[in-house]
Amino acid sequence: MPGPRLAASGLSVGGIGPAAFELAAGACLGLTGPSGAGKTRLLRAIADLEPHDGECRLDGRPASAMPGPVWRRDVGFVAAESGWWDARVGAHIEPVRDADLDEFGLSPAVREWSVERLSAGERQRLALLRHLAAAPAVLLLDEPVSHLDADLIEVVIGRLAACRQDGMAVIWVDHDRHRLARVADAIARLDSAGRFSWS
Amino acid sequence: MELIALTPWDLALAGLLVLALAATAWPMRLELARPLLVAAARTVVQLALVGLVLETVFARGSFVWVGGIALAMLLLAGREASARQARRFTGGWSFAGGTLAMFLSSFVTAVLALTVVIQPEPWHAPQYAIPLLGMLLGNTMTGVALGMDRLTSGAGQQRTAIEARLALGHSAAAAIEGVRREAVRAGMIPMLNAMAAAGIVSLPGMMTGQILAGAPPWEAVKYQILIMFLIAGGTGFGTLAAVWLGTWRLFDERQRLRLDRLR
Repeated sequence: MPGPRLAASGLSVGGIGPAAFELAAGACLGLTGPSGAGKTRLLRAIADLEPHDGECRLDGRPASAMPGPVWRRDVGFVAAESGWWDARVGAHIEPVRDADLDEFGLSPAVREWSVERLSAGERQRLALLRHLAAAPAVLLLDEPVSHLDADLIEVVIGRLAACRQDGMAVIWVDHDRHRLARVADAIARLDSAGRFSWS
Repeated sequence: MELIALTPWDLALAGLLVLALAATAWPMRLELARPLLVAAARTVVQLALVGLVLETVFARGSFVWVGGIALAMLLLAGREASARQARRFTGGWSFAGGTLAMFLSSFVTAVLALTVVIQPEPWHAPQYAIPLLGMLLGNTMTGVALGMDRLTSGAGQQRTAIEARLALGHSAAAAIEGVRREAVRAGMIPMLNAMAAAGIVSLPGMMTGQILAGAPPWEAVKYQILIMFLIAGGTGFGTLAAVWLGTWRLFDERQRLRLDRLR
Protein backbone atom coordinates (compact mmCIF):
# COMPACT_ATOMS: atom_id res chain seq x y z
CA MET A 1 0.00 0.00 0.00
CA PRO A 2 1.45 3.42 -0.95
CA GLY A 3 2.13 5.94 1.81
CA PRO A 4 0.04 9.06 2.26
CA ARG A 5 0.24 11.89 -0.28
CA LEU A 6 0.27 14.56 2.43
CA ALA A 7 1.13 13.92 6.08
CA ALA A 8 1.26 16.49 8.88
CA SER A 9 2.51 15.90 12.40
CA GLY A 10 2.65 18.26 15.33
CA LEU A 11 1.66 21.12 13.05
CA SER A 12 1.03 24.32 15.00
CA VAL A 13 1.19 28.01 14.26
CA GLY A 14 0.59 30.90 16.64
CA GLY A 15 -1.27 28.83 19.29
CA ILE A 16 -3.36 26.95 16.69
CA GLY A 17 -3.11 23.17 16.68
CA PRO A 18 -1.19 20.95 17.04
CA ALA A 19 -2.76 19.12 14.12
CA ALA A 20 -1.84 15.71 12.78
CA PHE A 21 -3.40 14.02 9.76
CA GLU A 22 -2.66 11.94 6.72
CA LEU A 23 -4.22 12.38 3.32
CA ALA A 24 -4.14 9.62 0.71
CA ALA A 25 -3.86 10.48 -2.96
CA GLY A 26 -7.29 11.57 -4.18
CA ALA A 27 -8.62 12.15 -0.66
CA CYS A 28 -10.42 15.27 0.50
CA LEU A 29 -10.23 16.52 4.06
CA GLY A 30 -12.88 19.02 5.12
CA LEU A 31 -11.89 21.58 7.73
CA THR A 32 -14.46 23.65 9.56
CA GLY A 33 -14.75 25.75 12.69
CA PRO A 34 -15.84 29.18 13.87
CA SER A 35 -14.56 32.37 12.32
CA GLY A 36 -11.16 33.31 13.71
CA ALA A 37 -10.33 29.77 14.85
CA GLY A 38 -7.25 29.78 12.62
CA LYS A 39 -8.31 27.66 9.64
CA THR A 40 -6.62 29.99 7.19
CA ARG A 41 -3.40 30.11 9.20
CA LEU A 42 -3.31 26.34 9.38
CA LEU A 43 -3.57 26.17 5.57
CA ARG A 44 -0.85 28.84 5.27
CA ALA A 45 1.37 26.78 7.56
CA ILE A 46 0.83 23.66 5.42
CA ALA A 47 1.72 25.72 2.31
CA ASP A 48 4.79 26.96 4.23
CA LEU A 49 3.78 30.59 3.76
CA GLU A 50 4.50 31.40 7.40
CA PRO A 51 6.85 30.03 10.06
CA HIS A 52 5.34 27.16 12.04
CA ASP A 53 6.19 24.17 14.24
CA GLY A 54 5.82 20.56 13.18
CA GLU A 55 6.41 18.92 9.87
CA CYS A 56 4.58 18.27 6.63
CA ARG A 57 5.57 15.58 4.14
CA LEU A 58 4.59 15.16 0.52
CA ASP A 59 4.83 11.57 -0.69
CA GLY A 60 7.20 10.94 2.22
CA ARG A 61 9.50 13.92 1.54
CA PRO A 62 9.61 16.56 4.28
CA ALA A 63 9.00 20.18 3.26
CA SER A 64 12.39 21.12 4.70
CA ALA A 65 14.05 18.88 2.08
CA MET A 66 12.70 21.04 -0.77
CA PRO A 67 13.14 24.76 -1.51
CA GLY A 68 10.09 26.80 -0.44
CA PRO A 69 8.89 27.57 -4.00
CA VAL A 70 9.09 23.90 -5.03
CA TRP A 71 7.01 22.85 -2.03
CA ARG A 72 4.42 25.56 -2.70
CA ARG A 73 4.13 24.67 -6.36
CA ASP A 74 3.26 21.10 -5.35
CA VAL A 75 1.13 22.08 -2.34
CA GLY A 76 -0.95 24.88 -3.83
CA PHE A 77 -2.83 27.29 -1.55
CA VAL A 78 -5.85 29.10 -2.97
CA ALA A 79 -6.47 32.01 -0.61
CA ALA A 80 -9.96 33.24 0.19
CA GLU A 81 -8.94 36.65 -1.17
CA SER A 82 -7.15 36.23 -4.49
CA GLY A 83 -4.09 38.34 -5.30
CA TRP A 84 -3.36 40.03 -8.65
CA TRP A 85 -0.01 41.49 -9.59
CA ASP A 86 -0.60 42.77 -13.12
CA ALA A 87 -3.22 45.15 -14.47
CA ARG A 88 -4.21 42.67 -17.20
CA VAL A 89 -6.02 39.41 -16.40
CA GLY A 90 -4.10 37.46 -19.07
CA ALA A 91 -0.76 37.87 -17.26
CA HIS A 92 -2.08 35.72 -14.40
CA ILE A 93 -3.61 32.88 -16.37
CA GLU A 94 -1.16 32.19 -19.19
CA PRO A 95 -1.08 28.37 -18.66
CA VAL A 96 -4.91 28.15 -18.37
CA ARG A 97 -6.52 26.64 -21.48
CA ASP A 98 -9.50 28.26 -23.19
CA ALA A 99 -11.48 25.05 -22.68
CA ASP A 100 -11.01 25.37 -18.93
CA LEU A 101 -12.19 28.97 -18.98
CA ASP A 102 -15.21 27.84 -20.94
CA GLU A 103 -16.00 25.05 -18.49
CA PHE A 104 -15.96 27.58 -15.63
CA GLY A 105 -18.31 29.91 -17.50
CA LEU A 106 -15.65 32.41 -18.60
CA SER A 107 -15.00 33.70 -22.10
CA PRO A 108 -11.43 33.58 -23.47
CA ALA A 109 -11.83 37.35 -23.96
CA VAL A 110 -11.37 37.66 -20.19
CA ARG A 111 -7.62 37.53 -20.85
CA GLU A 112 -7.76 41.04 -22.34
CA TRP A 113 -9.74 42.47 -19.45
CA SER A 114 -8.35 44.63 -16.70
CA VAL A 115 -8.34 42.90 -13.32
CA GLU A 116 -10.42 45.71 -11.81
CA ARG A 117 -13.31 44.73 -14.03
CA LEU A 118 -13.58 41.21 -12.57
CA SER A 119 -16.42 40.38 -10.19
CA ALA A 120 -15.70 38.52 -6.95
CA GLY A 121 -17.04 35.29 -8.49
CA GLU A 122 -14.88 35.68 -11.60
CA ARG A 123 -11.81 36.27 -9.47
CA GLN A 124 -12.56 33.18 -7.44
CA ARG A 125 -12.89 30.97 -10.52
CA LEU A 126 -9.78 32.39 -12.21
CA ALA A 127 -7.69 32.00 -9.05
CA LEU A 128 -8.72 28.35 -8.84
CA LEU A 129 -8.04 27.78 -12.54
CA ARG A 130 -4.52 29.24 -12.42
CA HIS A 131 -3.71 26.84 -9.58
CA LEU A 132 -5.23 23.84 -11.35
CA ALA A 133 -3.17 24.65 -14.46
CA ALA A 134 -0.02 24.11 -12.36
CA ALA A 135 -1.30 20.57 -11.56
CA PRO A 136 -0.28 20.52 -7.87
CA ALA A 137 -0.18 17.25 -5.90
CA VAL A 138 -2.18 18.84 -3.09
CA LEU A 139 -4.59 21.76 -3.22
CA LEU A 140 -5.49 23.77 -0.11
CA LEU A 141 -8.79 25.58 -0.64
CA ASP A 142 -9.90 28.43 1.64
CA GLU A 143 -13.66 28.97 1.16
CA PRO A 144 -13.29 28.19 -2.56
CA VAL A 145 -16.92 28.68 -3.65
CA SER A 146 -18.05 31.50 -1.33
CA HIS A 147 -18.82 33.84 -4.26
CA LEU A 148 -20.33 31.29 -6.67
CA ASP A 149 -23.94 30.41 -7.48
CA ALA A 150 -25.29 26.86 -7.18
CA ASP A 151 -24.61 25.88 -10.82
CA LEU A 152 -21.00 27.04 -10.74
CA ILE A 153 -20.44 25.32 -7.39
CA GLU A 154 -21.42 22.04 -9.09
CA VAL A 155 -18.95 22.76 -11.92
CA VAL A 156 -16.13 23.37 -9.42
CA ILE A 157 -16.97 20.26 -7.38
CA GLY A 158 -17.06 18.18 -10.57
CA ARG A 159 -13.74 19.52 -11.77
CA LEU A 160 -12.07 18.88 -8.41
CA ALA A 161 -13.48 15.34 -8.39
CA ALA A 162 -11.80 14.74 -11.76
CA CYS A 163 -8.48 16.07 -10.41
CA ARG A 164 -8.82 13.80 -7.37
CA GLN A 165 -9.30 10.84 -9.70
CA ASP A 166 -5.84 11.73 -11.01
CA GLY A 167 -4.42 11.62 -7.49
CA MET A 168 -4.65 15.20 -6.28
CA ALA A 169 -5.39 15.45 -2.55
CA VAL A 170 -7.53 18.34 -1.28
CA ILE A 171 -8.06 20.16 1.99
CA TRP A 172 -11.27 22.15 1.80
CA VAL A 173 -12.06 24.86 4.37
CA ASP A 174 -15.72 25.85 4.49
CA HIS A 175 -18.33 27.13 6.91
CA ASP A 176 -21.03 25.08 5.19
CA ARG A 177 -21.00 21.69 6.92
CA HIS A 178 -23.53 20.22 4.49
CA ARG A 179 -21.26 21.01 1.58
CA LEU A 180 -18.24 19.56 3.39
CA ALA A 181 -20.20 16.39 4.20
CA ARG A 182 -20.80 16.06 0.48
CA VAL A 183 -17.28 16.69 -0.86
CA ALA A 184 -15.00 15.46 1.93
CA ASP A 185 -14.02 11.93 3.00
CA ALA A 186 -13.29 13.10 6.53
CA ILE A 187 -14.05 16.29 8.44
CA ALA A 188 -11.86 17.93 11.06
CA ARG A 189 -12.69 20.89 13.22
CA LEU A 190 -10.78 23.77 14.76
CA ASP A 191 -12.58 25.17 17.80
CA SER A 192 -12.41 28.78 18.90
CA ALA A 193 -9.33 28.00 21.03
CA GLY A 194 -7.56 26.61 17.94
CA ARG A 195 -7.79 22.96 19.05
CA PHE A 196 -7.79 20.43 16.22
CA SER A 197 -10.19 17.47 16.45
CA TRP A 198 -11.95 14.98 14.21
CA SER A 199 -15.70 15.07 13.92
CA MET B 1 37.88 88.64 -6.32
CA GLU B 2 37.60 87.76 -2.65
CA LEU B 3 35.01 86.26 -0.35
CA ILE B 4 33.10 88.96 1.52
CA ALA B 5 33.04 87.92 5.18
CA LEU B 6 29.61 88.01 6.86
CA THR B 7 29.18 89.69 10.24
CA PRO B 8 26.82 88.38 12.96
CA TRP B 9 24.64 91.36 12.10
CA ASP B 10 24.22 90.13 8.54
CA LEU B 11 23.02 86.76 9.85
CA ALA B 12 20.69 88.40 12.37
CA LEU B 13 19.06 90.40 9.58
CA ALA B 14 18.44 87.19 7.60
CA GLY B 15 17.14 85.55 10.78
CA LEU B 16 14.49 88.29 11.02
CA LEU B 17 13.01 86.79 7.88
CA VAL B 18 12.41 83.48 9.66
CA LEU B 19 10.95 85.28 12.67
CA ALA B 20 8.62 87.23 10.38
CA LEU B 21 7.47 84.01 8.77
CA ALA B 22 6.82 82.42 12.16
CA ALA B 23 4.89 85.49 13.30
CA THR B 24 2.76 85.32 10.15
CA ALA B 25 2.10 81.60 10.49
CA TRP B 26 1.16 81.80 14.18
CA PRO B 27 -2.39 83.25 13.84
CA MET B 28 -3.09 80.94 10.86
CA ARG B 29 -2.96 77.95 13.22
CA LEU B 30 -0.75 76.06 10.77
CA GLU B 31 1.15 74.41 13.63
CA LEU B 32 4.24 75.52 11.76
CA ALA B 33 5.57 78.39 13.84
CA ARG B 34 7.13 76.21 16.53
CA PRO B 35 8.71 73.63 14.20
CA LEU B 36 10.01 76.51 12.08
CA LEU B 37 11.78 78.16 15.01
CA VAL B 38 13.13 74.82 16.24
CA ALA B 39 14.44 73.98 12.77
CA ALA B 40 16.04 77.42 12.43
CA ALA B 41 17.71 77.02 15.82
CA ARG B 42 18.93 73.55 14.83
CA THR B 43 20.44 74.99 11.66
CA VAL B 44 22.44 77.53 13.66
CA VAL B 45 23.60 75.11 16.34
CA GLN B 46 24.40 72.21 14.01
CA LEU B 47 26.25 74.31 11.46
CA ALA B 48 28.18 76.12 14.19
CA LEU B 49 29.29 72.79 15.63
CA VAL B 50 30.25 71.53 12.18
CA GLY B 51 32.20 74.74 11.63
CA LEU B 52 34.14 74.21 14.85
CA VAL B 53 34.86 70.58 13.98
CA LEU B 54 35.90 71.41 10.43
CA GLU B 55 38.23 74.20 11.63
CA THR B 56 39.93 71.62 13.84
CA VAL B 57 40.10 68.93 11.16
CA PHE B 58 41.40 71.35 8.55
CA ALA B 59 44.08 72.48 10.97
CA ARG B 60 45.24 68.89 11.66
CA GLY B 61 44.46 67.35 8.28
CA SER B 62 45.53 63.85 9.28
CA PHE B 63 43.89 60.72 7.85
CA VAL B 64 42.63 59.65 11.29
CA TRP B 65 40.75 62.93 11.73
CA VAL B 66 39.25 62.85 8.26
CA GLY B 67 38.32 59.16 8.62
CA GLY B 68 36.72 59.77 12.02
CA ILE B 69 34.58 62.61 10.67
CA ALA B 70 33.64 60.50 7.64
CA LEU B 71 32.51 57.66 9.90
CA ALA B 72 30.45 60.01 12.07
CA MET B 73 28.79 61.47 8.94
CA LEU B 74 28.00 57.98 7.70
CA LEU B 75 26.38 56.86 10.95
CA LEU B 76 24.31 60.06 11.18
CA ALA B 77 23.15 59.60 7.59
CA GLY B 78 22.23 55.99 8.37
CA ARG B 79 20.21 57.09 11.36
CA GLU B 80 18.44 59.79 9.33
CA ALA B 81 17.63 57.38 6.47
CA SER B 82 16.18 54.85 8.88
CA ALA B 83 14.18 57.53 10.73
CA ARG B 84 12.45 58.45 7.46
CA GLN B 85 10.92 54.98 7.06
CA ALA B 86 7.18 54.66 7.64
CA ARG B 87 7.70 50.92 8.30
CA ARG B 88 11.09 50.06 9.72
CA PHE B 89 12.65 46.64 10.02
CA THR B 90 12.82 45.40 13.61
CA GLY B 91 16.15 44.83 15.31
CA GLY B 92 17.99 47.78 13.75
CA TRP B 93 18.05 46.21 10.28
CA SER B 94 16.85 49.41 8.59
CA PHE B 95 19.75 51.36 10.10
CA ALA B 96 22.25 48.61 9.31
CA GLY B 97 21.01 48.11 5.75
CA GLY B 98 20.84 51.82 4.95
CA THR B 99 24.25 52.49 6.46
CA LEU B 100 25.85 49.60 4.60
CA ALA B 101 24.27 50.70 1.31
CA MET B 102 25.55 54.27 1.80
CA PHE B 103 28.97 53.05 2.82
CA LEU B 104 29.27 50.90 -0.29
CA SER B 105 28.14 53.65 -2.64
CA SER B 106 29.23 56.99 -1.12
CA PHE B 107 32.58 55.89 0.28
CA VAL B 108 33.63 53.98 -2.78
CA THR B 109 32.58 56.85 -5.05
CA ALA B 110 34.31 59.46 -2.89
CA VAL B 111 37.57 57.53 -2.61
CA LEU B 112 37.53 56.84 -6.34
CA ALA B 113 36.96 60.52 -7.15
CA LEU B 114 39.73 61.62 -4.76
CA THR B 115 42.36 59.13 -5.84
CA VAL B 116 41.67 58.93 -9.57
CA VAL B 117 39.91 62.12 -10.66
CA ILE B 118 40.68 65.12 -8.43
CA GLN B 119 43.94 63.80 -6.92
CA PRO B 120 44.58 66.39 -4.19
CA GLU B 121 47.81 66.07 -2.19
CA PRO B 122 47.36 64.04 0.01
CA TRP B 123 44.32 62.29 -1.45
CA HIS B 124 42.38 62.67 1.82
CA ALA B 125 42.96 66.41 2.07
CA PRO B 126 40.00 67.52 4.24
CA GLN B 127 38.96 70.54 2.14
CA TYR B 128 38.24 68.16 -0.73
CA ALA B 129 37.34 64.91 1.02
CA ILE B 130 34.79 66.20 3.52
CA PRO B 131 32.60 68.41 1.29
CA LEU B 132 32.69 65.73 -1.41
CA LEU B 133 31.61 62.99 0.96
CA GLY B 134 29.01 65.30 2.48
CA MET B 135 27.37 65.98 -0.86
CA LEU B 136 27.49 62.31 -1.80
CA LEU B 137 26.05 61.14 1.52
CA GLY B 138 23.32 63.78 1.49
CA ASN B 139 22.09 62.72 -1.93
CA THR B 140 22.63 59.00 -1.45
CA MET B 141 20.68 59.21 1.79
CA THR B 142 17.65 60.54 -0.08
CA GLY B 143 17.81 57.68 -2.58
CA VAL B 144 18.37 55.03 0.06
CA ALA B 145 15.59 56.35 2.30
CA LEU B 146 13.07 56.65 -0.54
CA GLY B 147 13.96 53.28 -2.01
CA MET B 148 13.71 51.40 1.28
CA ASP B 149 10.53 53.23 2.27
CA ARG B 150 8.85 52.38 -1.02
CA LEU B 151 10.00 48.78 -0.76
CA THR B 152 8.64 48.13 2.73
CA SER B 153 5.41 50.07 2.27
CA GLY B 154 4.86 48.45 -1.14
CA ALA B 155 5.41 44.98 0.29
CA GLY B 156 2.83 45.74 3.00
CA GLN B 157 0.25 47.11 0.58
CA GLN B 158 0.72 44.36 -1.99
CA ARG B 159 0.97 41.50 0.44
CA THR B 160 -2.00 39.64 -1.09
CA ALA B 161 -0.53 39.83 -4.60
CA ILE B 162 2.97 38.85 -3.45
CA GLU B 163 1.70 35.88 -1.47
CA ALA B 164 -0.55 34.81 -4.35
CA ARG B 165 2.60 34.44 -6.45
CA LEU B 166 4.47 32.65 -3.68
CA ALA B 167 1.53 30.26 -3.27
CA LEU B 168 1.78 29.45 -6.97
CA GLY B 169 5.40 28.42 -6.48
CA HIS B 170 6.96 31.61 -7.84
CA SER B 171 10.30 32.62 -6.31
CA ALA B 172 10.57 35.48 -3.85
CA ALA B 173 12.47 37.48 -6.46
CA ALA B 174 9.64 37.09 -8.98
CA ALA B 175 6.97 37.86 -6.37
CA ILE B 176 8.59 41.14 -5.24
CA GLU B 177 9.70 42.16 -8.74
CA GLY B 178 7.08 44.89 -9.30
CA VAL B 179 7.51 46.42 -5.84
CA ARG B 180 11.28 46.35 -6.18
CA ARG B 181 11.17 48.10 -9.55
CA GLU B 182 9.00 50.89 -8.13
CA ALA B 183 11.31 51.23 -5.11
CA VAL B 184 14.44 51.63 -7.26
CA ARG B 185 12.64 54.11 -9.48
CA ALA B 186 11.47 56.15 -6.47
CA GLY B 187 15.01 56.26 -5.10
CA MET B 188 16.57 57.43 -8.34
CA ILE B 189 14.02 59.98 -9.58
CA PRO B 190 15.21 62.93 -7.44
CA MET B 191 18.73 62.43 -8.78
CA LEU B 192 17.48 62.18 -12.37
CA ASN B 193 15.44 65.34 -11.93
CA ALA B 194 18.39 67.19 -10.40
CA MET B 195 20.63 66.25 -13.34
CA ALA B 196 18.00 67.13 -15.93
CA ALA B 197 17.20 70.49 -14.32
CA ALA B 198 20.78 71.48 -13.43
CA GLY B 199 21.44 75.04 -14.49
CA ILE B 200 17.97 75.56 -15.97
CA VAL B 201 15.72 75.71 -12.96
CA SER B 202 18.36 76.57 -10.41
CA LEU B 203 22.09 76.94 -10.10
CA PRO B 204 23.37 73.96 -8.11
CA GLY B 205 24.46 74.82 -4.58
CA MET B 206 28.08 73.88 -4.87
CA MET B 207 28.60 75.82 -8.07
CA THR B 208 26.90 78.85 -6.53
CA GLY B 209 29.20 78.51 -3.54
CA GLN B 210 32.33 78.34 -5.65
CA ILE B 211 31.28 81.37 -7.69
CA LEU B 212 30.49 83.33 -4.53
CA ALA B 213 33.94 82.37 -3.23
CA GLY B 214 35.52 83.85 -6.32
CA ALA B 215 36.13 80.87 -8.61
CA PRO B 216 35.82 81.47 -12.38
CA PRO B 217 32.37 80.20 -13.52
CA TRP B 218 33.92 77.76 -15.96
CA GLU B 219 35.93 76.03 -13.20
CA ALA B 220 32.80 75.91 -11.03
CA VAL B 221 30.86 74.35 -13.92
CA LYS B 222 33.45 71.62 -14.38
CA TYR B 223 33.37 70.76 -10.68
CA GLN B 224 29.59 70.73 -10.73
CA ILE B 225 29.48 68.31 -13.65
CA LEU B 226 31.93 66.05 -11.84
CA ILE B 227 29.81 66.17 -8.69
CA MET B 228 26.61 65.45 -10.60
CA PHE B 229 28.11 62.34 -12.13
CA LEU B 230 29.45 61.18 -8.78
CA ILE B 231 26.07 61.80 -7.17
CA ALA B 232 24.33 59.89 -9.96
CA GLY B 233 26.62 56.91 -9.47
CA GLY B 234 26.53 57.04 -5.68
CA THR B 235 22.76 57.48 -5.45
CA GLY B 236 22.05 54.86 -8.10
CA PHE B 237 24.27 52.18 -6.63
CA GLY B 238 23.26 53.12 -3.09
CA THR B 239 19.56 52.77 -3.94
CA LEU B 240 20.14 49.43 -5.66
CA ALA B 241 22.13 48.13 -2.68
CA ALA B 242 19.54 49.32 -0.15
CA VAL B 243 16.62 47.81 -2.07
CA TRP B 244 18.56 44.59 -2.54
CA LEU B 245 19.39 44.37 1.17
CA GLY B 246 15.79 45.22 2.12
CA THR B 247 14.41 42.53 -0.20
CA TRP B 248 16.80 40.01 1.31
CA ARG B 249 15.48 40.86 4.76
CA LEU B 250 11.81 40.82 3.67
CA PHE B 251 12.02 37.12 2.82
CA ASP B 252 13.45 34.24 4.83
CA GLU B 253 15.36 31.12 3.84
CA ARG B 254 12.08 29.43 2.81
CA GLN B 255 11.34 32.45 0.57
CA ARG B 256 8.35 33.38 2.74
CA LEU B 257 7.25 37.03 2.95
CA ARG B 258 8.11 38.13 6.50
CA LEU B 259 6.14 41.31 7.17
CA ASP B 260 6.47 40.44 10.89
CA ARG B 261 10.03 41.75 10.55
CA LEU B 262 8.59 45.23 10.00
CA ARG B 263 7.06 47.36 12.69
